Amino acid sequence: MAEPILEVRDLVKHYPLTQGVLFKKQVGAVKAVDGVSFTLEKGETLGIVGESGCGKSTLAKVLMNLERATAGQVLYKGEDISRLSGAALKAVRRNIQMVFQDPYTSLNPRMTVGDIIGEPFEIHPEVAPKGDRRKAVQDLLDVVGLNPEYINRYPHQFSGGQRQRIGIARGLALKPEVIICDEPVSALDVSVQAQVINLLEQLQTEFELSYMFIAHDLSIVRHISDRVGVMYLGRIVEIGTDTEIYDHATHPYTQALLSAVPVPDPTGREGRERIILSGDIPSPANPPSGCRFRTRCWKAEERCATESPLLAAPKLLTGGAKHDSACHFAAEREVAGAAL
Amino acid sequence: MTTAPEKTIAAKDRLVPGTPLLDVRDLHVEFKTRDGVAKAVNGVNYSVAAGETLAVLGESGSGKSVTAQTIMGILDMPPGRVTAGEIMFRGRDMLKMSNEERRKIRGRKIAMIFQDALSSLNPVLSVGYQLGEMFRVHEGASRKEAKAKAIELMDRVRIPAAAQRVNDYPHQFSGGMRQRIMIAMALALEPDLIIADEPTTALDVTVQAQVMDLLAELQAEYHMGLILITHDLGVVADVADKIAVMYAGRIVETAPVHDLYARPAHPYTKGLLRSIPRLDQKGEELYAIKGLPPNLYKVPAGCAFNPRCDVATDLCRTEIPALHQVTDRDGAELAGRKSACHLWKETLHG
Repeated sequence: MAEPILEVRDLVKHYPLTQGVLFKKQVGAVKAVDGVSFTLEKGETLGIVGESGCGKSTLAKVLMNLERATAGQVLYKGEDISRLSGAALKAVRRNIQMVFQDPYTSLNPRMTVGDIIGEPFEIHPEVAPKGDRRKAVQDLLDVVGLNPEYINRYPHQFSGGQRQRIGIARGLALKPEVIICDEPVSALDVSVQAQVINLLEQLQTEFELSYMFIAHDLSIVRHISDRVGVMYLGRIVEIGTDTEIYDHATHPYTQALLSAVPVPDPTGREGRERIILSGDIPSPANPPSGCRFRTRCWKAEERCATESPLLAAPKLLTGGAKHDSACHFAAEREVAGAAL
Repeated sequence: MTTAPEKTIAAKDRLVPGTPLLDVRDLHVEFKTRDGVAKAVNGVNYSVAAGETLAVLGESGSGKSVTAQTIMGILDMPPGRVTAGEIMFRGRDMLKMSNEERRKIRGRKIAMIFQDALSSLNPVLSVGYQLGEMFRVHEGASRKEAKAKAIELMDRVRIPAAAQRVNDYPHQFSGGMRQRIMIAMALALEPDLIIADEPTTALDVTVQAQVMDLLAELQAEYHMGLILITHDLGVVADVADKIAVMYAGRIVETAPVHDLYARPAHPYTKGLLRSIPRLDQKGEELYAIKGLPPNLYKVPAGCAFNPRCDVATDLCRTEIPALHQVTDRDGAELAGRKSACHLWKETLHG
């Protein structure tokens, strides 16, 4: 296998909880990301799914170096970028860009579309010399399917789907190799989501982009991803190819998540078996000992409370699933969501 | 029991499943704003019976929430204005009632669950106080009685340790628990009809499953009618008995749930269903409805969907299609199926 474009090793991001005004004393930490490792290959799409609070957006911020990692490494083409600053960081950031969830708040309402998309060139003038910028911005508008004549309009003159296209154009401006998409379509109408997904796929082929695609919509993630990682309380609990995760899930949380997704087909709905998890996700400031899912898991035994399961290929498994799963009792199970 | 019978929940008549409850007829609502007149609802017809779940499916701006707010009587007027139509609730037109009469129905007979539980609850009052308010205001219960009822309700929507949590404030509950409190509030006076406007959109899927399960259970117990407003084709397929699809303020198709998913009779519905990513389409381009939802200030002439439609003809660009009764190939009427498309036959059978 070729060298991965991005490699994450034991990444940790803790937000300290402090007490006291003058003499701040740390009394604990919100363990938003707590030991995450994965790789992203060139041209690949890695989907990250999980519920709110599982740390998927924090993970994106740490990869972008918008938040400093507490521990661990982020290797971009073999070089650790998590400790960089100044000019070195600026140079690396050119290659890793982000598309945000909310196209309403991630675009400055007082800037024209031309200024928004052209702003990356101000920071990295080497990409487009001053005289060529207008042309470069118009080309980008054309690439994302917007009329290049709209260059002087303001964000409020566009619909949600069009704004997301503007956000994508800004992400593309510096010709990055990796784009981190944090819930890029969840704020959009159903009929517009498909348009944006198609655009992302088409751009990936055209520019050989690698995507990290963070979303909670499991059917969209399956459609776009080559591999999928499932996160729960700051950790990846299962990771594998889309077929492995969706058709041969071995972690109970993945199975519950899949079975909870409503299938858009009423046929046979009465007989559909659902795994309904009880309770809510525990607080990341005080996660359960051992396996973090054990408080909501129907398989949990004493061992789960004491011994934290490693993310590894399960050894004692019938059925032949070979992908990594962080469960002491990993096993396949028929789930309703397999119809996704 | 020492309380008067009309104060107790159990003394209320149980609804008989199938009793017609609500019938919305040709409802028109518009908003006068600086930019002109926005025609948010342009002739909506739907009905719900006891024990039945009607899903109203539509994108933002389709008029699904405005219709619900009009039924509930909580639409801001002005700028909103009902220009035509009837809202028949158990045989009486609510639009002709006095404010006093409507207030008696609101909360007591028809209750609503909103999308965002955090902003629908008052942050400075305990949830027990807010739940108890229903009984104090509508039934004249004392504070003590109201609190006891609040605990009972919280139990009924399965909030753990209700007696201990009754004095907690909204921010102390998780999103799913808050939505349960909203459901409890809607259920408080055992209404005949519940309107749930995107009740699970803000929730995670595992919590969404819990909440939808709870709603279904409560409905089976009390046989209330449920109008579920959503844009989620998955949730609809799971719980609806029948569906009304809205586009640009109109109902474009109505059908029983199985028929709609198996054989849609309107190109918009067909397009929505086709744009769901399916397993066998992996790596292929997704079908996408072209263009954008219409601007309500200038809805396209003719069929509002025509600029985005794959099969539109000249007729579609000039004449607004009526809501046709859908028939099978032999001309026999299909129960509950209507389509507002000039080409419904081709769409359904082609």
